[in-house]
Amino acid sequence: MNAPTIAVSGATPDLEVRSVSKRFATHVAVDTLSFSVARGSFFSILGPSGCGKTTLLRMIAGFIQPDSGDIAIGGRSMAQVAPNRRPVNMVFQHLALFPMMSVAQNVAFGLARRGVGRAERLRRAEAMLERVGLAGAGGKRTDELSGGQRQRVAIARSLVLEPTLLLLDEPLGALDLKLREHMKLELKQLQSAFGTTFVYITHDQSEALVLSDHVGVMNHGRFEQLGTPQELYYSPATSFVADFVGANNRLAGKALSITASLVEVDTGGGWVVRARRHGEIAAGAAVEAFIRPEAAMLGRTPAELPAGQTAHSGEVTGMLFDGANSVVLLRESRSGLQLRIALPQTGAYSDLTVGARVCFTFDPERAICFPARAASA
Amino acid sequence: MISISGRCVLTVLLVLGLVAGAPARADNAKVLRIITWADYVPAEVVAQFRKETGIQVEVTLSNNEEMISKLRATGGAGFDLAQPSQDRIFGAQQEFGIYKPFDTSKVRLDEFVPELLATVRTNATIGGRLYGLPYVWGTEGLVYNSKRTRISDYGDLCKPELRGRTAVRLKRPTLMAFALASGKNPFALYGDTKAYTALMQQIGKTLTACKANFRFFYDNKDQLLNGMRTGEIYAAMMWDSGGWALNRENPDIKFINPRSGAIAWMDTFALPARGRNDAGAYAWINFVMRPEIAAKVAKSIGNFTAAKGADQLMDPRVRAQFAESFPDGLKNIKWYPAIPPGLEAIEGEVLDRVKAAD
Amino acid sequence: MWYRRLLLALLLAPALLWLFALIILPHLDLALLSFRERVAPREYVASLAQYRTFFGEPLYWHVFVRTALMSAIATVLTLLVAFPIAWIIAKLARGRMSALLFVVCLIPFWVSETVRTLGWMILLRESGVLPALLVHLGITREPVELLYHDATILVGLVYTSLLFMVVPLVSSLESLDNALIEAAYDLGGKGWSILREIVIPHAAPGITAGCIVVFMLTLGNYLTPTLLGGKSSQWFTEQIYTQFITRFNWEQGAAFGFLLLALSTAMVWLGLKISGQRFSDVMRRA
Ligand SMILES: Nc1ncnc2c1ncn2[C@@H]1O[C@H](COP(=O)(O)OP(=O)(O)O)[C@@H](O)[C@H]1O
Ligand SMILES: [Mg+2]
Repeated sequence: MNAPTIAVSGATPDLEVRSVSKRFATHVAVDTLSFSVARGSFFSILGPSGCGKTTLLRMIAGFIQPDSGDIAIGGRSMAQVAPNRRPVNMVFQHLALFPMMSVAQNVAFGLARRGVGRAERLRRAEAMLERVGLAGAGGKRTDELSGGQRQRVAIARSLVLEPTLLLLDEPLGALDLKLREHMKLELKQLQSAFGTTFVYITHDQSEALVLSDHVGVMNHGRFEQLGTPQELYYSPATSFVADFVGANNRLAGKALSITASLVEVDTGGGWVVRARRHGEIAAGAAVEAFIRPEAAMLGRTPAELPAGQTAHSGEVTGMLFDGANSVVLLRESRSGLQLRIALPQTGAYSDLTVGARVCFTFDPERAICFPARAASA
Repeated sequence: MISISGRCVLTVLLVLGLVAGAPARADNAKVLRIITWADYVPAEVVAQFRKETGIQVEVTLSNNEEMISKLRATGGAGFDLAQPSQDRIFGAQQEFGIYKPFDTSKVRLDEFVPELLATVRTNATIGGRLYGLPYVWGTEGLVYNSKRTRISDYGDLCKPELRGRTAVRLKRPTLMAFALASGKNPFALYGDTKAYTALMQQIGKTLTACKANFRFFYDNKDQLLNGMRTGEIYAAMMWDSGGWALNRENPDIKFINPRSGAIAWMDTFALPARGRNDAGAYAWINFVMRPEIAAKVAKSIGNFTAAKGADQLMDPRVRAQFAESFPDGLKNIKWYPAIPPGLEAIEGEVLDRVKAAD
Repeated sequence: MWYRRLLLALLLAPALLWLFALIILPHLDLALLSFRERVAPREYVASLAQYRTFFGEPLYWHVFVRTALMSAIATVLTLLVAFPIAWIIAKLARGRMSALLFVVCLIPFWVSETVRTLGWMILLRESGVLPALLVHLGITREPVELLYHDATILVGLVYTSLLFMVVPLVSSLESLDNALIEAAYDLGGKGWSILREIVIPHAAPGITAGCIVVFMLTLGNYLTPTLLGGKSSQWFTEQIYTQFITRFNWEQGAAFGFLLLALSTAMVWLGLKISGQRFSDVMRRA
């Protein structure tokens, strides 16, 4: 696989990972991975649990040595550099605040290790706490803080050292949903305020999409796709990305006929859909088609649907009201497949009831068809 | 008066006893509990006694000081028969009242060697009543490895060439031995506290000066026997039976009667004040004093017993060793007189100083 | 509610009775004993003579101070030896290996203390295994006596105490999140500063618990110092034993016993003060 790189405006990237591999016994955790991260950007690594994200991050931090390949930070190879000498700091999955120290001592810890004098480091710790909105909390014990405040202490503790790179390993994973939404925004603000390059790990696609300038979607130790959130969402490079990023309707089936750009897919029960072709697909091959919920349009009768598009029909099995994100769940009439379709923001169709028969349609150009993945996927 | 402490400890022991022993309590008359020295109650003799009388013997091994302390703690309970040395009965009885007198009509006194019985009568009679009967006697003298050195008196243990190669016990017999070697008779001063204290302090200085010669102060016989066997120790104060045992293993090792005289000890029978089975105790005493039984005991201990005629049944080898160690017979042997109360405190202080000295 | 308290009292009654009969009562009795003096056979008067003897006689308080110092040294040495072992068990070894290490620390306790001490004697005496080995290796020309030194006592005491230090240390180190160490390392910490700033503060209750237990055990040990110690080596428990058993001087022995109790209480208090720990926290570790 070629090294995907992101166009960088002239300057050396802050992080360059070149063909890095790591295996545990027989298990390959990170597989000849290459990428680079531009200065000042927010880069996320998104992938399911166990795909090798933490391993990759710990190699960047220096806690694990790669079996092969090289990692450069700020243009300098880190091969012989111990973790306590790398210009990198890490926010741990469970934050790892030092419970035996006060908040200010936590923030000042790294400065003390650099030999900064007592008065100076306390001053700088206090200033940093102020910048993350924790002015005056320096004297508190870490367990007196709320989850979000602890989060900010962990970031402040790293940022006070002015690292080239800040690594974050699912830092929001331990927070409850509401706080997580809130902290997402705060993280983004902190990152742009400090201008530090962030490398952020998550298994939550919405975090990755909201926060990042660029995202690497990781699976089995490799990147499936590397790009902006928009590229991942609208132009997934693989069926894995299409499946993993954003909500999607997945229709497995057989290719019936192939035109230059479209594939006709038989989903099994005689229901045939058309979707944009991606990759080499021969007639009769197993394929997967994906349709975003918002790409489909609803109608009570075929007449309500735009003319010229194939109308499909189904029966409502559920209504999930979530304001602007409301969807209807329905079972397609012929195949019996379950589908999610977004409700229009106008509030139309919000009175649909379970059991009602509806029509729907979608633009084949906005549906996408991949060759089926190997059986293991 | 039993001390408050005695009573308290007793209460605790009683509670424990009730908890632990209540269901399994045996008939008092069927069990004889003896507190005694190692080898003094051979298993073979116990078995025979049981066959004859149906009484089971329970043995607790101990030494003079522990015997007194244990009986003191319980006010003389817990055992039916004790075997202290003859000189340790008088003081302990005066001070703690842990024994009861013998009913001499229940003992066959004519089985005992008359001279030994007379010694115990002198030392263990209080208020006209007899508190001890002789059992086993022996001497404490010197043992040395003739390949390494030659000595003839206690003082020779301090010869410069024996630096780090001798051993004694840090106990009163050593004080007595060095006092005798200095030409004084400590036993004659037992009644004169001031003179006795002065003598003991002087002996303390002698031992302190000699300390570089002692490899260690031994607490048990085996520690010394091992030292002699491995050749770490060349010469030491030792009991005759231990010396003879070493001599049988290695003829170079000799047990001798020192010029100042070996010190003779005698262990006795004594009845704890609150023993439960006096009848059993009397039966045991009469049983082991039979010459043929006494001979078995003597063989187990390696010392002569106080039973008349038993020495004729003694192992001829031991008799030969005795003759070699004591060419003049028992002429130059010093018997311990009874220790009056309070002497041990004087000696103790001196011994502490010797131990602490560098 | 009053009946709840009554129920609790009833539930605790057997334990309290036991405590009273076996610990408090004998101690009260000993306390009374220590405050009297024998004037004649079976005649005693109330007096401070026993305590006066202790303070007036350098011999006794020298032994006392020596015992306290040696115990303190033994405790520190035990901590130094136990810490790496505990670290390996808690942090580095996995599964079977860590169990194996625990067993190694347990081995001394498979035999009685007497046998263990005699084992040391066989190993270290002039005619023993180790001096012979030293000669064989050409390190010494003649067999040397390795027994009967203060260092020998310390070796024996450390060996005997190791487990009692390792167990609380392991339990307190196991609860130390590895991420804390990595975080400290990540923030620029080095081995020593991480040990001082993170590991030791975290393990402080365990360290204090181990030190208190080991100090008390060594202070109260009898066999090891008397058997391995030289002809001049004295231990305060030996002095207590001597007073009680050899001298029949229960009054003096009781006074000595109380002084020892006072010393260990003072040391526990001091240990807690220095390490800034609370007694309850520490005892939970022990
Ligand atoms: N120290 C290790 N020894 C053996 N296997 C490991 C080790 N660390 C991680 N792994 C394995 O490597 C794979 C990737 O782990 P990790 O990087 O933690 O995944 P993620 O952070 O993406 O959930 C997992 O299958 C995990 O079991
Ligand atoms: Mg992870």
